[in-house]
Amino acid sequence: MFIAVTLAILLTMLLVLIRAFFGPTLYDRILAVNMFGTKTVLLIAVLGFLMGRPEFLDIALVYALINFIAIIGLLRYFEYNQGQLPRNSEPTCTDDSP
Amino acid sequence: MTWLADILDLLSWLALMAGGFCVFSGGLGLLRFPDFFSRMHAAGVMDTLGAGLILLGLLFQVEDWLVAVKLLLILAFIGLTSPTASHALAKSAIHGGLRPLLGEQLKADGGKD
Repeated sequence: MFIAVTLAILLTMLLVLIRAFFGPTLYDRILAVNMFGTKTVLLIAVLGFLMGRPEFLDIALVYALINFIAIIGLLRYFEYNQGQLPRNSEPTCTDDSP
Repeated sequence: MTWLADILDLLSWLALMAGGFCVFSGGLGLLRFPDFFSRMHAAGVMDTLGAGLILLGLLFQVEDWLVAVKLLLILAFIGLTSPTASHALAKSAIHGGLRPLLGEQLKADGGKD
């Protein structure tokens, strides 16, 4: 039964990756990457039980944390533009750095 | 006590199968739905029901209490971060100029992509 769930999660990861490649907008891609991270957490947890080594759950926990931080960081960067900087201007992150 | 283990196994099986189904249908929705905000709805199904049911099914299989605590931590963490990430994503999509497809626009646009 763990194998069936593992296959379902792997198939879903494939579908999510297709959406991440063909996503028409930037936000579709970010959403797909977020879902891919969540599916990775689930896959690691199920694989740990499948192999009889539940210590894998530590890795799943760390991966969940990293995924959340990465998504929030990306969204802070892309909130008000879709990645294009204004013409003839430096990136704003260098302005207030010492 | 063996009937108790059997019942736990059955419950675990049911939860894992339901979770696998929810995850797969969410992935299908993420691929097939017409616009970004409806895709977020499919992603919500994957995050709450899929992850919750799969982790619940794993929780019925544990022998060590430490493993159960770790599973509950992952469950609580996904329950906290998934709505936060969804909210930030929808907010930044609205600020970035994306609008939901509505009414006739959706009917005209629903078949493709």
